[in-house]
Amino acid sequence: MASIIEIDQLDLYYDTFHALKKVNLSIPEKAVTAFIGPSGCGKSTLLRTLNRMNDMVNGVRIEGSVKISGKDVYREDIYVEELRKQVGMVFQQPNPFPKSIYDNVAYGPRLHGIRSKEELDGIVERSLKQSALWEEVKDFLKRSALSLSGGQQQRLCIARALAVQPDILLMDEATSALDPISTLKIEELVQDLKNEYTIVMVTHNMHQAARVSDQTVFFLNGEVVESEQTEVLFSTPADSRTEDYISGRFG
Amino acid sequence: MIRRTGFDQQLEELKNLLKNMGSHMVEALDLAVSSLQNMDADKARRVVEQDARLNAMEEQIMEIGSRLIVTQQPVAKDLRRILVAFRIASDLERMGDLARDVAKVTIRLEGETLIKPLVDIPRMTEIVRGMVTESIESYLKENTDLAYKMAGDDDQVDHLYSVILQDLFKYISTAPEGANQAMLLVMVGRYIERIADHATNIGESTVYLVTGSRPDLNQ
Repeated sequence: MASIIEIDQLDLYYDTFHALKKVNLSIPEKAVTAFIGPSGCGKSTLLRTLNRMNDMVNGVRIEGSVKISGKDVYREDIYVEELRKQVGMVFQQPNPFPKSIYDNVAYGPRLHGIRSKEELDGIVERSLKQSALWEEVKDFLKRSALSLSGGQQQRLCIARALAVQPDILLMDEATSALDPISTLKIEELVQDLKNEYTIVMVTHNMHQAARVSDQTVFFLNGEVVESEQTEVLFSTPADSRTEDYISGRFG
Repeated sequence: MIRRTGFDQQLEELKNLLKNMGSHMVEALDLAVSSLQNMDADKARRVVEQDARLNAMEEQIMEIGSRLIVTQQPVAKDLRRILVAFRIASDLERMGDLARDVAKVTIRLEGETLIKPLVDIPRMTEIVRGMVTESIESYLKENTDLAYKMAGDDDQVDHLYSVILQDLFKYISTAPEGANQAMLLVMVGRYIERIADHATNIGESTVYLVTGSRPDLNQ
């Protein structure tokens, strides 16, 4: 499988804290990659380097390279806005804007200069269909996004991310605040989306990683311990630390 | 290190149940073959009656294992421990059935005398008995070397079975009046040979448990 993200000898420091240590990783295109590991292992930090969300953290220092489609995202001539258009993100808590459903989805495309109502209508419909929310909201697109349930709000956030046609979608524990049914809907959605997008997810739910992802990466203390096809990692992990963690005998 | 005490205890219980099943199975094999050697139908009936114990233990293993899968969502080696317990339990249950089949031959021959003293059947039984014991030991100690060594003994069993087959067919051609008993003794040889195949399966389960790959030791 071709890789879309290449991480090479990546070190990340928060002041003196060495949060990521010499990380080397390839992330395959149009597949789901899950990052797992205990709290503080660096998995969310790494996710956030992929769209430069760590830039805003004081005292952060990054060495090594993160290449997306062959381009180093930390090069000076990279526009972060362009990068984040290419690399969308969904967070743990659904965070719709206090606007209508329609305006939430149209927000990004408008920001990137699309004005035509017809074009925006098309983008909103396509994005909501892709995020499996269209059938539930098509008759009241003008209603406030905040009137939706938590699971619907999260799918709206996915639609909002998809509206700018990214290549990559980052999901940072995107289902951990949702009930099991909403979680299942999003997991199914992820399976559909991987036909068109590369998905990288951080999850605390190992069984979710096992259910949803094609590749799983296990992190410990800022290092990649093991990166493997999911079915291999969950059946015959090569490293005993991976086995201990996924078997719940860790600590 | 976080421990999953309750889970680990239940996994240990599965192991102990299989150990007990193994002991019962070996006991059934011994009783069945000695019932035939001594033409002791009462002893044979005991084997038939006691087969229910093995069936019940197999069910108990299935029940505990299923419950652990549902409640503990095991992965990797933990999952293999349970899958392997299922497979070994069903091998041992089948081995018990085969020992019972040997005992049933004794019951069918009740009142007759043996056409000839048994020589190769007890020899074969001795080897198979060793294989069963070693297969269980290889599982309990997770010893793959022992599993492979044990599986190698199956060649001797197959050889003895073909000797038994030839001898008894020769006997039938010279003394057709004993054909009925000779055929039943051939079947006894076949039952015991099948027990060895199941022991080999247990060796395979051991290798799968330890390595995660499925070898074929039945070659």
